[in-house]
Amino acid sequence: MIEAELSRSVARWCEGATGVTGAAKLSGGASQETWRFDIEHPDGPIGAILRRSPKGYGAAPTRAAGLAAEAQLMQLAYEAGVPSPRVMHVLTPDEDLGTGFIMQRVDGETIARKILRDEEFATARPLLARQIGGVLAGLHRLQRDKLPELRSRSATQEIGEFERDYRSLNWPKPVFELALRWLRDHDPGPSAETTLVHGDFRNGNLIIGADGVRAVLDWELAHLGDPMEDLGWVCVNSWRFGEIDKPVGGFGTREELFAGYEAAGRKCDPARVKFWEVMGTLRWGIMCGGMMQRFREGPDHSMERAMIGRRASETEIDLLRLLAPRGR
Amino acid sequence: MQDEPTPIELTTAVADFLRNDITPLISGHQAFKLRVAINILDLVTRQLTQEEGRDAKEVERLRALLGMDGSVSDLNAALAERIAKGEVDLATPGLAEHLWATTMDKLAVDQPNYASYKRELGR
Repeated sequence: MIEAELSRSVARWCEGATGVTGAAKLSGGASQETWRFDIEHPDGPIGAILRRSPKGYGAAPTRAAGLAAEAQLMQLAYEAGVPSPRVMHVLTPDEDLGTGFIMQRVDGETIARKILRDEEFATARPLLARQIGGVLAGLHRLQRDKLPELRSRSATQEIGEFERDYRSLNWPKPVFELALRWLRDHDPGPSAETTLVHGDFRNGNLIIGADGVRAVLDWELAHLGDPMEDLGWVCVNSWRFGEIDKPVGGFGTREELFAGYEAAGRKCDPARVKFWEVMGTLRWGIMCGGMMQRFREGPDHSMERAMIGRRASETEIDLLRLLAPRGR
Repeated sequence: MQDEPTPIELTTAVADFLRNDITPLISGHQAFKLRVAINILDLVTRQLTQEEGRDAKEVERLRALLGMDGSVSDLNAALAERIAKGEVDLATPGLAEHLWATTMDKLAVDQPNYASYKRELGR
């Protein structure tokens, strides 16, 4: 069904394209979907990905940058040499596909546990922490004046926003309160420099191949802010998937991350990175609470969503390990 | 008093049936959902087994910390409020120990395989 619309679309912008095959939905909530498909071409099939909001779902949630901005950021990243899929086409209303864009499909793995365990990635794994530092440096260097319109958030504003989210859950948690106090006491203030922040840069949102990082995905939480936020988020324990002694996504050390970042000509601030790691841990914990609330009140009464509510305690133990570590 | 078998025996029986008899028959997304369902039953069983004793200890610690009485949820809300107001913090004797004990008890029910929990169990 969607193949007919995609075929009409590719015929307009992909020279020589004769049609579309193998369309399959990879993931999708109510408002956003990801599809894979192949463009038939005399030179051989071209792997492609569609990211879209179906018709009738124009408005993005408040924190999201929107699909148009996402497409623009990925293309800017691609042009600047940051590993990113090439954006091939931005959807227009007359194509009847909703809003969104079509990008080149990049081969590789995104499932974090596979990347951390499978033999295929054994040679890449020890290189990834440093490589991620270099990728983030490139991303933070994207020129401000070329960026689409994005929300801007300081540390102080983020603390306020998370506190509101947490209080709205009516879910009193002493450990979360302790973390909120710690964040207020350690608020580093405005950063010396405001850059593009990816907002969800972590193991699970990267396409990894045997050679390392091939693409950075999921730019929907991109905003302007403290570049150290991305370095803190990639270290949050929830994205180490069991490899807890390797803070950078389960791949390697903070020192390797910082070395890669600084080798690419940018400076790190480890105290700010720690602040954002604590913030990120609390952020994921509050998001688990949000899932519980949607399970209770919303249309998604799934078991998976219910169980995510029971993962908030994982962030509590990680917050305690960060803020009140016990003797070894 | 209700008759037996106990809730723990009942949830265990259902989880074992799903695990041993149904799992081999199912594949794909439904198999994933079935695993989630079994995990939920196992969690409920752990909670039924552990909750009473551990909640009683939690209440005891909270009473000592706060100098007041109440249900476990009332006392937790009171502690959250005092931390928010800055009246209690990590310098308060007993707070860190209380939060650690309570959090370890939660993980023992929620996610006993979580790596941070396993590490801290060994301390």
